Amino acid sequence: MTDLAASSPIPERRARSQAWWNAVNAWLLLLPAAVLLVAFTHWPILATIRHSLFITKRNGSEVFVGTDSYGAMAADPIFWKALVNNFWFALGTIPTSIALALIMAVWVNRNMRGRGFLRLAYFTPTVLPMIAVANIWLFFYTPDYGALDQLRGLFGLGGWNWLGDPSTVMGCLIVMVIWKEAGFFMIFYLAALQQLSPDLDEAASIEGASRWYTFRRITFPLLMPTTLFVAINAVINSFKLVDHLVIMTKGGPNNASTLLLYYIYEVAFTFQDSSYAATLTVVLLTLLSAIALLKFGYLDRRIHYQ
Amino acid sequence: MSAITLNHVSKSWGAMRAVDDISLTADEGSLLVLLGPSGCGKSTTLRLIAGLEEADAGTITIGGVDVTRLSPAERKISMVFQSYALFPHLSVAENIIFGLRVRRVSRAERDARLRRVADIVGLAHLLDRKPSQLSGGQRQRVALGRAIIAEARVCLMDEPLSNLDAKLRHEMRTEIRALQQRLGMTMVYVTHDQTEAMTMADRVVLMRDGRIEQNGSPEELYNRPATAFTARFIGTPPMNLVRQGDHLIGIRPEHIRVVTGGDHAARVKAVEHLGADSIVLCDIDGQPISVRLDGFSKVQPGEDVRLAWEAGHEHRFDPATECRLETSAREGRLATSAG
Ligand SMILES: Nc1ncnc2c1ncn2[C@@H]1O[C@H](COP(=O)(O)OP(=O)(O)OP(=O)(O)O)[C@@H](O)[C@H]1O
Ligand SMILES: [Mg+2]
Repeated sequence: MTDLAASSPIPERRARSQAWWNAVNAWLLLLPAAVLLVAFTHWPILATIRHSLFITKRNGSEVFVGTDSYGAMAADPIFWKALVNNFWFALGTIPTSIALALIMAVWVNRNMRGRGFLRLAYFTPTVLPMIAVANIWLFFYTPDYGALDQLRGLFGLGGWNWLGDPSTVMGCLIVMVIWKEAGFFMIFYLAALQQLSPDLDEAASIEGASRWYTFRRITFPLLMPTTLFVAINAVINSFKLVDHLVIMTKGGPNNASTLLLYYIYEVAFTFQDSSYAATLTVVLLTLLSAIALLKFGYLDRRIHYQ
Repeated sequence: MSAITLNHVSKSWGAMRAVDDISLTADEGSLLVLLGPSGCGKSTTLRLIAGLEEADAGTITIGGVDVTRLSPAERKISMVFQSYALFPHLSVAENIIFGLRVRRVSRAERDARLRRVADIVGLAHLLDRKPSQLSGGQRQRVALGRAIIAEARVCLMDEPLSNLDAKLRHEMRTEIRALQQRLGMTMVYVTHDQTEAMTMADRVVLMRDGRIEQNGSPEELYNRPATAFTARFIGTPPMNLVRQGDHLIGIRPEHIRVVTGGDHAARVKAVEHLGADSIVLCDIDGQPISVRLDGFSKVQPGEDVRLAWEAGHEHRFDPATECRLETSAREGRLATSAG
């Protein structure tokens, strides 16, 4: 007993230094990731927010203007147009591409011949470079010569300037993006479906559940984590679209296809107004953070994770 | 009308014949146990009956109807999966009543049946939990509850008690058997635990490498094992098989006595005290033999003893084919009684 009491301070000290080393080690291991995150994510965000509160004079000096830029933004009809466009664009693309992805995944998850080929076919739009995709769809949409108009010609209808008409340009973009995204999302669903134990389907089928009932009560709820992940990605993507617009529409006609990020791009690099671009960027950041908060704060708690 | 019949059913995966030309009948309202070592094809047989696997050959009938090509739902059965197959996102209660919801059973009846079943399987206090929040044995009981709440005419169970402790296992065994008899269910019950098989079954089908080794009542398997394999599989401890010259002789441990002046000299290797009786592991001519003695045996390891058994208790097997030798055993018995 005395022996133990005498020797106890040494292990205690050793334990304390051990804990200290553990902490140092942990921080060292975190350092590379932390440096990258701070340098390329957190710092730029703070810089952008600061930048939105100043304007840069022609001589390069910065003048503090407070929230003046935000006031100007609220009065900018093109900003509102872009925001509304973005809303319709998101509404048009997200539910449809997710639903299509899910249907395709369930379809190619079955045991059938040519399954690998089918999966590849669905995935192709995703691996194609953006520029190539835009070109393919330009071919569809070209007035008179395009595939769509050729088809219309068969029914005796005249040519239509699909991308040049404010009433159709957004629809055209939406269809193209659905085509591109559905295959990508399908891969996630497919991976999730293959994680599900086949026992569950078997148990449900023994209980007499129809395929639809099983999908509704078992498969779909168990795919919820994937659906959430895919949905968040889809929302973010709907705010990230720029390249197709640059090639296909340049936001036109009459800003009918201007989306928020494209507008930021134009303001920053065409109009060279970096402080207004920073202001718009803060709006975009706020929107995306709100979505992230919704996911982590609310949806995650309501979804069953394995 | 719910007797189950398998007629020359086979199922193979590639070259692996998991079920090889099996024929058996589970009479209506009876409990048939599929018994056998791991990997012998019990689960596959059960899944064939359930319709979860398609038979390569043969026919399966339930209640006289050929169901070989019917879907699992059309066979109107309930089943406990070896892996439980619980729905991870549904509560225990929802898991149990899943089938009732599918069949649109009224809410009042659903609740009443749920309460009854939850009591039987002892889960009444856990109904709101998710399967991931349960122990292995509790999950198994949920699976059991889901199968018995259906009150289907045919119930298939794949090792439904393998994860329970001895006491609970004994209780559930009694409970399942009582339920099966009360509802007049036809039950096919898979286990590799021969105690379960012996205590519950009306009929035991012992399988080995995808084939039926022996099909009979528990008493038959115990008293007249058709092969040395059956003899080695049934009984705790199983039957002793001793080679004497060109004979293979089987004697149950409880039929052997330790007597002074017995016919066989043996040396005690070890003694296991089980309480009511003791198992004495001995050695005869280099062959192991176990002896069951009543009470707390006083023999010591290393002691030399003499063993004796009645010739009538001997089972004889062909050393080459390991099949039971019926006639020679009787002759042997006659010979000893004459001598
Ligand atoms: N889907 C499958 N594909 C290939 N082989 C399989 C498949 N299912 C089972 N087998 C093989 O068939 C044989 C019988 O399997 P089965 O599951 O019927 O055994 P079991 O008697 O239930 O064993 P246990 O007591 O361990 O559950 C095994 O050798 C197994 O490897
Ligand atoms: Mg099995």
